[in-house]
Amino acid sequence: MDDPVILRVENIVKTIGGQRILDDVSFSVKKGHLKVLIGPSGAGKSTLLACINFLSPPDSGTISLDGKAVDGKSRKELLALRQQVGMIFQDFNLFDHLSALDNVRVALVKVKGLDKRAATNRAMEELARVGLADKSTLYPAQLSGGQKQRVSVARALAMDPKVLLLDEPTSALDPELIGEVLTVIRDLADLGMTMVMATHQISFSASLADEFLFMERGRIVERGAPSQLLARDSGSRTQSFCAKLSELAGDGHCEIAPAPRA
Amino acid sequence: MEGFYSAAQASWEAMPYILGGLWWTAGLILGAMLVGFVLGVPLAVLHVYGHPLTRKAVAGYVWLFRGVPILVQLYLFYFGIMAYLSEIPALSFLPLSSGFLSAVIVLGLTSAAYQSQIFRGAMASLPAGQLKAARALGMSDAVAIRSIILPQALRLAIPAWSNEYSILLKDSALAFTIGVLEVMARTRSVAATTHQPLPLSILAGALFFFLTWAGIKTLKRLEAKVRIPGYAHQGSL
Ligand SMILES: Nc1ncnc2c1ncn2[C@@H]1O[C@H](COP(=O)(O)OP(=O)(O)O)[C@@H](O)[C@H]1O
Ligand SMILES: [Mg+2]
Repeated sequence: MDDPVILRVENIVKTIGGQRILDDVSFSVKKGHLKVLIGPSGAGKSTLLACINFLSPPDSGTISLDGKAVDGKSRKELLALRQQVGMIFQDFNLFDHLSALDNVRVALVKVKGLDKRAATNRAMEELARVGLADKSTLYPAQLSGGQKQRVSVARALAMDPKVLLLDEPTSALDPELIGEVLTVIRDLADLGMTMVMATHQISFSASLADEFLFMERGRIVERGAPSQLLARDSGSRTQSFCAKLSELAGDGHCEIAPAPRA
Repeated sequence: MEGFYSAAQASWEAMPYILGGLWWTAGLILGAMLVGFVLGVPLAVLHVYGHPLTRKAVAGYVWLFRGVPILVQLYLFYFGIMAYLSEIPALSFLPLSSGFLSAVIVLGLTSAAYQSQIFRGAMASLPAGQLKAARALGMSDAVAIRSIILPQALRLAIPAWSNEYSILLKDSALAFTIGVLEVMARTRSVAATTHQPLPLSILAGALFFFLTWAGIKTLKRLEAKVRIPGYAHQGSL
């Protein structure tokens, strides 16, 4: 438990249109850990993730990466931060005009300054890691949702991020495509990738997460180990939210899935 | 009847001369399209992503060049600005008294106003997630716009762009008013001697029609060539 802290989020406040979307949010993530953000839609999960890499700059509070606070006013620091923080979006946001290979390669060349051959090698490696080496020449419109999301994971990983932010990575997927993306996420967790993930896949993430952060109206209202929060008699908000979700989904269970880690 | 016959003959003999105007017409259009593109793209980028003041400035530019008729601009430019500049000895190496240069500049500046709006619309129609994803990878906005936004926006803009081409083609016929020997100018001057404008006008019309057809065909081919695999045919605007 004495892994170093990679990402520290302190007292983040964000107001949009006079409305307080994030209200004094703090947490930190240690190397190799996975924090999972849970909570109803509109709770502020996406906004919180976007504050971390300043896609949506916080009004106040501090983001520190590897012990160094980021100065949001410095363009250079911002770009450097974003290089080191990978992001996976709910709707993939693959670059529509680029093949899978070029989606992964473009930032290696344009941001990291790799030459074309090195970028190609690295991109192919990452595509292979997500099981898409044979799809490298296809364009986003020729890929399924699950494949698109896996390309976007490869694109983020190619930058060697210190931490990966995932914003409901499976929410836009047809049910039969969720599994392939979850498998990739599980592999990353097993490999020790540091991650913060917003998701409604509670029983899946319970088996991987080091901590659940339950958000509501811009605040983290509950936090703890999944096993503790999801215990049937815990009386936690997390437990009742999860029970409601699984009732809606009709899958009738809300517990920690047995972790099939190899 | 004899008169008509000789006029037709004269018209026929004037054909090579009028056809020679095609080069000037084509030069005007290509030059103006190019000036319009080179200025229109950055104007569009500033209009969409620029500082609020820059946006205002671009909007003002567009408003100005859309508002003032081309004919008025040609006169102002050729008889005003260029005539004034050509008095300056230090600039004497420039072909400032060339009507062609004035016409390309005027048509190009006007086209830049229209093209900027075409590209602006195309950029605005891209999903916001494209820029977000580019920024999340650490791209500066300049790189993101160049590598991610423009390649997509310019593809989307091709149908509207071919529309702009055919408008420009028609506007280019106004260049005869400042002495450019393009198709229309030659047609008029021949008609003035034959007193039979009809066959000549038909010829001029056919030439403009041909240029329209060739240009639009070329742009259609370009559109097909750069189409993103997997995307359904977008159709024209
Ligand atoms: N750009 C925006 N403009 C106005 N309101 C926004 C904007 N982005 C987010 N919000 C509001 O912020 C709140 C939190 O949104 P979000 O972070 O997307 O929540 P979550 O991801 O948990 O569903 C919502 O009430 C949403 O309406
Ligand atoms: Mg969200």
